[in-house]
Amino acid sequence: MPALTDLILAGKGVDNHFPWSRAVVTSKRWSFAVEQLAEGHLSLLGLWGEPGTVHMALLDEAVGNIGVVSLLCPDGRYPSVGLLHPPALRLERAAADLFGLLPQGAPDTRRWLDHGYWGISFPLSAHVRTSVATAPPYQFLPAEGESLHQIPVGPVHAGIIEPGHFRFTASGETVVRLEERLGYTHKGIEGLMAGSDIDHAAKLAGRTSGDSTVAYSLAFSRAVEAALGIEVPARAVWLRALMAELERLANHLGDIGAICNDAAFALMHAHCGVLRERVLRASDAAFGHRLMRDRVVPGGVATYLNDEGTTAIWSLIAEIRQRFPALVELYDNTASLQDRTVATGRLKVELARQYRAGGYVGRASGRDFDARRSLAYPPYDALNFNVPLLQEGDVNARVWIRIHEVEQSLSLVEQILRQLPGGPIRVDLAQTGGPHEGMALVEGFRGDILAWLRIGKSGLIERCHLRDPSWFQWPLLEAAIEGNIVADFPLCNKSFNCSYSGHDL
Amino acid sequence: MALILELAVQGAQMMLVLLLAPLLTGFVRKVKARLLRRQGPSLIQPYRDLLRLMRKEVVLADNASWLFRVTPYLIFAATWVAAALIPTFATGLTFSWTADLIAIVALLGSARFFLALAGMDVGTSFGGIGSSREVMIASLAEPAMLLIVFSLALVAGATQLSTVAAFMGSPQVGLRVSLGMSLIALVMVAVAENARIPVDNPSTHLELTMVHEAMILEYSGRHLAMIEFAAFLKLLLYVSLISCVFLPWGLAGVEAGPKSFALGAVAYLGKLALCGILLAVFETAIAKMRVFRVPDFLGAALMLALLGTLLLFVSRSL
Repeated sequence: MPALTDLILAGKGVDNHFPWSRAVVTSKRWSFAVEQLAEGHLSLLGLWGEPGTVHMALLDEAVGNIGVVSLLCPDGRYPSVGLLHPPALRLERAAADLFGLLPQGAPDTRRWLDHGYWGISFPLSAHVRTSVATAPPYQFLPAEGESLHQIPVGPVHAGIIEPGHFRFTASGETVVRLEERLGYTHKGIEGLMAGSDIDHAAKLAGRTSGDSTVAYSLAFSRAVEAALGIEVPARAVWLRALMAELERLANHLGDIGAICNDAAFALMHAHCGVLRERVLRASDAAFGHRLMRDRVVPGGVATYLNDEGTTAIWSLIAEIRQRFPALVELYDNTASLQDRTVATGRLKVELARQYRAGGYVGRASGRDFDARRSLAYPPYDALNFNVPLLQEGDVNARVWIRIHEVEQSLSLVEQILRQLPGGPIRVDLAQTGGPHEGMALVEGFRGDILAWLRIGKSGLIERCHLRDPSWFQWPLLEAAIEGNIVADFPLCNKSFNCSYSGHDL
Repeated sequence: MALILELAVQGAQMMLVLLLAPLLTGFVRKVKARLLRRQGPSLIQPYRDLLRLMRKEVVLADNASWLFRVTPYLIFAATWVAAALIPTFATGLTFSWTADLIAIVALLGSARFFLALAGMDVGTSFGGIGSSREVMIASLAEPAMLLIVFSLALVAGATQLSTVAAFMGSPQVGLRVSLGMSLIALVMVAVAENARIPVDNPSTHLELTMVHEAMILEYSGRHLAMIEFAAFLKLLLYVSLISCVFLPWGLAGVEAGPKSFALGAVAYLGKLALCGILLAVFETAIAKMRVFRVPDFLGAALMLALLGTLLLFVSRSL
């Protein structure tokens, strides 16, 4: 029997947790799960806290089964996952900052989201403490050697981008070590969600990371619907997928141009920018908002999509189909551009597997996972599409994954428009009893977004956790840049295009 | 009377480069924008930028030394003098005996030396990165430039620009392999010296990829205006140099009348526009190269210039 099912069965099952099961386990079973993670039999989907409890979402990739194991830790201590399985390190540090849960034996106990400016410590724990003392300066990991020098970059950058601090240790132009420091855009979304009603929480979820607003709303809504056992009308399911694919198209087109622009090839950027703008305008015509924010809501969707909108999307598809191949050819045939992207920022296949990197980062490094296919949530079970896969793991491969995904998304949008069923687009949320727990894994343009929540008896959100795909991609950027030159970092960073906002919560 | 007139023409030449330099940069930016299907900023935007910067307050780092404050004026003065020495619409002006190619290279070299020092003065990491990259580029671009000067001097028999231009405009020059090589090398050096794509990106916002921009990140207000102005002048200088040596047609000769001055001015504007368009097209069609490819690029320029010089030793007619 697969390890995950064993684990869940061995624990004390929690009622009303859908669509996958959750079990409270003993500390011994928890440690066993960590060993399974470290040996690669299980994948870590997420790790988050609650006052007195720590949760870990696990995926058994062989059978496509998901489960949550929870460990009660009334004293706030639990056996560290990061000790044996490094991808959990930053998640543990975030849980420690927010809930005061201390991983025992963790190799890295520095603060992560809490930079010492909140005025309080452990804001989401049962015992919030006011902290007036200024935090000691953040200790960056040391790098020793002759003639090494440090380059601090950010959090304020020369361009208008999100804030993040990058500490390079370089030998001449070659990067010896890069360390990231994030958390500058912490908005306290998990704290705001607790105790708010479902409509308000849905809005918050849609604002976690602005470029993935559809994917976040979708993940949150699916988790709510799973918890309450609500069947969404068919038309809403298909419209959601349509919006998700339009969002993917817009972001991938923007990224392809922006990556080329970081190699000072503005021509691609200009043309891709035009195409991205067309997607946004078609989305506006079809759904009444350029980024389709708040259009996916728990229980369905907010916009019906009339004939005018359908026509706008059809003409958009025709335009991209006509103009995109020429851009791909331009990218492929510009030797000076290929010289920059090929073999730059190579991410090893083993690392991508260990960190279970999602999206183009993982698929460019041989990790064959796409929540749309592996979990086949509707309507993707009724659609034909390929998941592109490359092994090279360099900037060029990440561009090509995006190019292929643009082509796949175009075909998906066409299929959805042809098969779009009629009928209602929204049902009311009805709740009996509680508490209910639900979770969902949804493929955003960056990778799989995890949403887990508990709805209390009163119909309010008790606890909601949203895990951005960037949690497992940011650490890989540190690995991918090693041995490259400092001047190639912007190119690598753009090819990863991790979310700051979604990560900092 | 004649002296006053000559001085007036020389003064006109100095003002002309000063007034045209921002326009050339604005023109290149406009053409690039149009090539990207963008409207682009207005042609006179660089003038407005300079005015805006002149009016702004200077923000100085606490540990900035006198060198940091003096450098912008030094750079501007050296570049302006160098740009004003190059024949634009007429040769044989009053100061043209100083218009020696080696003097021009030396003026630009000193300007660069001070800029690199100023980049390191405040002690930020970006300034240091910029200075180290700039000096790496310069260590290859300057020898290449000097070899180009030698080639020209061997052909024309002088390093004085008016003489070189007059010789290049005369029928006795003919088609020469070494001159072709010098032209290509000079264009490559000009691209590198002016921090254009593929060596550097003048419009980037990425601190880590900058060369020229990284050195001047700490500058603001009138200091920045001086440095920007010097950069505009440097672009004009190289375009003028290329057109004066390799496209010497229309240049007014010694003791010419107002009519030929006017003709020379029109021809000069035409040459600027042509070079500006070519630069914009080239920059649009190519991506920036890796920092460590720059030595290869400039090494090719150096080799071409060297080959041109060596060919002239083999045979004077090559």
